[in-house]
Amino acid sequence: MSAADVSILRRPNDRLRRRRAVNLAMEVLGWLAAAIGVALLVILVWSVAKRGASELSLDLFTKSQVPYAVSGTSQGLANAFVGSLVIVGIATAIALPFGILIAIYVSEFAPRAVRNGVNFVLDVLNGIPAIVIGVFIYGLIVLGRGQSGFAGSCALAVLMLPLVARSTIEILALVPNSLREAALGLGSPRWRATLGIVVPQAIGGILTGATLAVARVAGETAPLLLTTSIVGPGVHWNPRMALQSVPVAIYELTDSPIPSDHAIAWAGALVLILFILIVSLTARWLATRSRRKLARAAR
Amino acid sequence: MSALDTTDVARRPFTGRRARLGDLLLQGAAAVAALGATVIVGLIAWQLIKGARLSLSTFGLGFVTDVGWDPVHLHFGAATFLYGTAITSFGALLLGTPLALGIALFVSELAPSWLRGPVTALVETLAAVPSVIIGLWGILVLAPIMRDHVEPALHSSLGFVPLFGPPNSVGTGYLTAIVVLTIMIVPIISSISRELFLGVPNELKEGALGLGATRWETVRGVVFPYTRGGVAAAMILGLGRALGEAIAVALVIGAFNNSISGNVFGNGNTLGAWIAIQFLNAASNLEKSSLVYLGLILLVFSLVVNLLAQAIVRRSARKLGTPS
Amino acid sequence: MSTSSTIEHAVRVETKRQPLPPRERLEQVFDLQNLTAIYGSKPALKDVSMEVYKNLVTAVIGPSGCGKSTFIRCLNRMNDLVPSFRQTGTIRYHGQDITAKDVDPVAVRRTIGMVFQRPNPFPKSIQDNVAWGLKVLGMKDNLSERVERALTQAALWDEVRDRLKASALSLSGGQQQRLCIARAIAVEPDVVLMDEPASALDPIATQAIEQLLHELKSEYTFVIVTHNMQQAARVADMTAFFSISRGAEGERWGELVEYDATEKIFTAPSDKRTEDYVTGRFG
Repeated sequence: MSAADVSILRRPNDRLRRRRAVNLAMEVLGWLAAAIGVALLVILVWSVAKRGASELSLDLFTKSQVPYAVSGTSQGLANAFVGSLVIVGIATAIALPFGILIAIYVSEFAPRAVRNGVNFVLDVLNGIPAIVIGVFIYGLIVLGRGQSGFAGSCALAVLMLPLVARSTIEILALVPNSLREAALGLGSPRWRATLGIVVPQAIGGILTGATLAVARVAGETAPLLLTTSIVGPGVHWNPRMALQSVPVAIYELTDSPIPSDHAIAWAGALVLILFILIVSLTARWLATRSRRKLARAAR
Repeated sequence: MSALDTTDVARRPFTGRRARLGDLLLQGAAAVAALGATVIVGLIAWQLIKGARLSLSTFGLGFVTDVGWDPVHLHFGAATFLYGTAITSFGALLLGTPLALGIALFVSELAPSWLRGPVTALVETLAAVPSVIIGLWGILVLAPIMRDHVEPALHSSLGFVPLFGPPNSVGTGYLTAIVVLTIMIVPIISSISRELFLGVPNELKEGALGLGATRWETVRGVVFPYTRGGVAAAMILGLGRALGEAIAVALVIGAFNNSISGNVFGNGNTLGAWIAIQFLNAASNLEKSSLVYLGLILLVFSLVVNLLAQAIVRRSARKLGTPS
Repeated sequence: MSTSSTIEHAVRVETKRQPLPPRERLEQVFDLQNLTAIYGSKPALKDVSMEVYKNLVTAVIGPSGCGKSTFIRCLNRMNDLVPSFRQTGTIRYHGQDITAKDVDPVAVRRTIGMVFQRPNPFPKSIQDNVAWGLKVLGMKDNLSERVERALTQAALWDEVRDRLKASALSLSGGQQQRLCIARAIAVEPDVVLMDEPASALDPIATQAIEQLLHELKSEYTFVIVTHNMQQAARVADMTAFFSISRGAEGERWGELVEYDATEKIFTAPSDKRTEDYVTGRFG
């Protein structure tokens, strides 16, 4: 190349100009995509906040929802809030120990082939749609016995199980082997080392995973729709009967043709979103704290 | 220390029979739990087959191609719902993939460092919004916009294509469902792709840039080929999410339509949405069994999708010699 | 043999180097004036002024941390990719200032190519590795001939002619680096920059690369960073020695200490720091 060709640096030829134009167009598209992505979230949250905030009142938390009620009656979501708390609470009580045990097995005891198998099963379980889980629990528990909050909890527990198990497995893997060896070297039996040293070390991360799983299922509607949606009036917390839940309440209110029902749906949606956001942020805070603690232990 | 002392040490209380019992208990309980997870998957399949048995024996595999759902004459078919599921899921994939990849590329290549974290966090938060709330927004906010602005505009400009027929009178329909599903799958595809793009070794990109390639040419020539398998898996996972979504779709896809409509603005239904809507309204055992049959089809789809995604990830990891 | 005598041996005996024409008859490719390079708030290089001449091999040597890599990456605007990077001073390339705001780095890199420390072939076939740059830059005519020519010049053709479609990653390290050289020269650059091209390779592969420099310098201008003094003595016509300077508060930066014909640098350096380095007394 002769020195004369250096002029290309100042006066680009057609080809270079075209390539630069294409590059610029792609960059613009990239910025546009990011803008749309952010805008979607902002629009969603803004809609919920704007329409829900106007409906927030003490009534929301004290009065009950009466499905397909006569218009004019004052409504609230008290029964839904109570019901959700009970249902999600029981589901967590089932799924958490179950999931942690699975993770302990995979992380501490299982030979490699079995480990792959269990991971595979967890992946499959994770991919099953929530509505299918609802049909499953319906056939297993509801058929013949009727709906119950407990059935709903079982359905949510099945959804939470792979989430809790997988995140716990990841966290347990982060616990340095030297800790396990130290405990065993002292003569401690496996079970003491695992439950007394390894799990407590990882407890922050485990709780994070559990918290995120709770945030995930708190908004699940489909499985509850099939297992615990036909409710009577009044606030109940007995899981042996069908309990109302926030997502199902929102669903029914949205479906209704009455505008005042829609207003309560927005309010319920606002509370639900706030709950999920707060829980997720708490989980993230717990995560950074536990990661720092594990990093210190590894040094 | 005398020999006696050492035997004392050996007799410390946490060795011996009680300890071994404890080990056995823990390992046993944990193994049972792991087995339990496997049993649950089997139970799900068994339960669905059991529930669908009546419909299976009545309609057989013809169920899959039969159109129409008639509770009065007790004739049920899955074709409408398969069509609706296919249209909405693939439509969402079509719209959502470029958007998600654009966001992922933005975060990995274009964004100034202070913008990366916030954009990532905001898009991931989108994944945390429950489907019922997206459905609520879809029917009360999006549908009027579709009815009043989007669909008439599309119909008048592209109406010669039968796909864009007369606009929906309420604003519900396939297209609205596609938009809603797109919102739901973009975060999934985007977050996986972002991690993949960030994982492309810098030296590979420098090799291309050093030749005088533009940023986009580097993305097209190095980043995309390198991440091809993972992005495909991400798309499949997004598809799986769209296939299984019931609630958001149920709220926006419109009043039940007994036929297969080519018009993308038309009302319709999907497998998941119909189960959610009709399950508690089913009058006859046959109808209920047919709904479980629909659920069985959905289960098979989700299993196939899941296995496909795993296979792709394993194959692409092997080709590159990288750990999956 | 002491360090300096091995180098003298290399300079005098091992090279088949032609004596340099007088400085006035050499054509300038680069003319740097007061180049200063800064990452964030830390200067990496201060006040570098030198020329690089056409169809010669110019080596850049010096201890770790003296800014050699930063220097060479300034020449093709690769440092632009680091967000905190700033530079002052000018770099004239055939008379044009390539540090100017209106100069497109993409165009610069088209004519000033680079080979990196660790071989970084694309995860494509051998053929596609060489062809990709050609396609992107619009040199698609006679594509297979261009590919063959580049691979021949890089002394790789005979080894890969039967498996052009095989993955580039199936080649050995030395072969991969020669492939990267082929890739760089396929697009017919004016200058080829090399940032320690042989440091990740075994001695036999290194020798192959050094042989290439001898054969190719009639067509291209080479600037090579190396931490291996003997290598510089073997291959380079001109050698630039950079060293680390320290400031009052403990800051460190790189500076050009001496730049001259290789023979002079290694046998009769003007600066004491150069002499200390090449005789192995420090660095």
